[in-house]
Amino acid sequence: MSSAYLPSQIRERKARKQRLMVTPEGVSLPLTIASRGSRAGALMLDFTILSVTTITLTLILIWIAAGTFVEQEVNGLPGSGEFLFVVWSLMWFFAWNGYFMLFEMGPRGATPGKRLTGIRVASRDGGRLTPEAIVARNLLRDIELFLPLVLLLLAPSGESGAAGWAGLLWSLVFMLFPFFNKDSMRAGDLIAGTWVLDAPKQKLAATLSTEGAVAHGSSAITGAEYRFGDEELSVYGEYELQTLERVLRDGRPEALQAVAETICYKIGWNAGAGDERAFLEAFYGQLRARLETGMRFGNRKADKFS
Amino acid sequence: MKAPTLSMFSRKPEIDAAPDIEAAALRSDKFRLQRESEWKRLEDILTRLEKGRLRKLSDEDVLALPTLYRMAASSLAVARETSLDSATLSYLESLVQRAWFQVYGPRQGLIAWLRKFLGGNLSRAIQEIWLDICIALFVMVAGTITGWLLVSRDQEWYYSLVPTQFADSRVPGASREVLLESLKVEDSASGMSAFAAQLFTNNAGVSILAFALGFAFGIPSLMLLVHNMAVLGAMLWLFSSQDLAWEFVAWLSVHGTTELFAILLAGAAGMHIGRKMAFPGHQSIVAAAAESGQRAAQVMIGVVLMLVFAALLEAFPRQLAGTEARAIIGVFMLIFWITYFFAFGREKKEAEI
Repeated sequence: MSSAYLPSQIRERKARKQRLMVTPEGVSLPLTIASRGSRAGALMLDFTILSVTTITLTLILIWIAAGTFVEQEVNGLPGSGEFLFVVWSLMWFFAWNGYFMLFEMGPRGATPGKRLTGIRVASRDGGRLTPEAIVARNLLRDIELFLPLVLLLLAPSGESGAAGWAGLLWSLVFMLFPFFNKDSMRAGDLIAGTWVLDAPKQKLAATLSTEGAVAHGSSAITGAEYRFGDEELSVYGEYELQTLERVLRDGRPEALQAVAETICYKIGWNAGAGDERAFLEAFYGQLRARLETGMRFGNRKADKFS
Repeated sequence: MKAPTLSMFSRKPEIDAAPDIEAAALRSDKFRLQRESEWKRLEDILTRLEKGRLRKLSDEDVLALPTLYRMAASSLAVARETSLDSATLSYLESLVQRAWFQVYGPRQGLIAWLRKFLGGNLSRAIQEIWLDICIALFVMVAGTITGWLLVSRDQEWYYSLVPTQFADSRVPGASREVLLESLKVEDSASGMSAFAAQLFTNNAGVSILAFALGFAFGIPSLMLLVHNMAVLGAMLWLFSSQDLAWEFVAWLSVHGTTELFAILLAGAAGMHIGRKMAFPGHQSIVAAAAESGQRAAQVMIGVVLMLVFAALLEAFPRQLAGTEARAIIGVFMLIFWITYFFAFGREKKEAEI
């Protein structure tokens, strides 16, 4: 149960990424700003999807066009070729501009890439995400991404001289914009009044207190009954309880053993080996009962240091 | 033993959850087990909503959504004060957050939104940025005059102003016949639709750029406008030097009134954001940026629609119609846009106040 950081430091670091939103019912909901890493990942996924789709469509159109060239005319494009060219250029424009808008306007507020990395776009003022906001945030993608990338390729070649370097520097301001504000908004987010949040989707885990030693207080293997006294339970707080909960839910034998040893050492017990799970379950059940009783009376114990 | 009944097949999760409540040793877990079935039902509804399967949702479920959401929110509030089960707490937090997005984020259909947009919202957004439109118009006129004056003083300017794709045969010193040739009426429509598509993607790209550059307090947008209009001014001088000004203006106005108007709006929209960020008034900069950005985005959707019109006009009537017909179409389009943007949608605005 020991780590390099104090529990209060871990809480603080989490809080830095969290914003509280109060619903009209008066319940405060913690929203977590999506990390820049997951946003970059989402962008790369979206770009891969877009490139593969548009290039495949282009190849299909070329293939179709090649088929129509049998009835070739003397000068200029044949009518069918011209039509395919129109389809191609409109497809290209609408795919690269419409992809992000279309998906973000959907009920999940996220492109496929964002969905895969578990993030979504939301309105910063807590209102609804309007189509105007989505259009605004996506129109700026050009100068945030494509322009810097083009200049990044152009400037070092020296063709455009000092102007190229100046342009590169200027456009890097946009590209690096998310690194210089605490909500990691990009320029488009600022303009549109949006931000990108973590959209966790969790399954409800089983209750721990309906089975095993949490419920009965005794081990199913040895039949031994674990009862802890007040002083033994008072060494730990909520943070340690929730760490223990995680260990129990993961159920890795090495972790169970290590944690059981630490607890035994701390409370001066000698429980022996082989029955760690039952020991921990009993300890968890009784510690949680004690802390929750304290909570109902208004005494909370955040961690073992408090 | 119970006799099998139809109710066995209906999904009522409470049935299998019921015995567990007694088994739970902790009060907070009993609390959770009593409410679990409602949370699961809410989760089920949310999953279907998020997948966009609104039609498959029964009326009962739709009606139950707000109630279930409120129940989950109050469960969360209670659980925060009584339970230390972090799995339950984080599940509830994510559930309430997902529900909140669905309950308080009612979505308009695209068609409903488009009807409102074309039926007044676009016009109102454009009326609201009138000051920026005036500034952009001034800058564009100034850019044209600058281009004209520069080239009339020193013809070398023509080559540095006008991009090479326009300076094919249309160069200073070209004879009247050569210039007239470039304005001539095409005899067939072949190749025109490809031309239109390319024009559209190119112009839309430029106007999106003009808009996006407005973010840097509007100055790059203005520079882009000045440069583009200086090209126009230079070509105007070239044609008028051979007494072809009227033909050139007619040739240009077919699509030009629409296209230049669209570029004007794009530049103005970009500048609007820049101006609001520089002078936010009594709002915070971030709030001002968000508000003006959403307004400008509406204008930009209008700009893209206008550019579709412009490309169609440029490809067909411009190349196929004669001088008078060209001028008439151009003027008609200009009147149409001005009426639509500035006369339409006014009553509603006043009614709202």
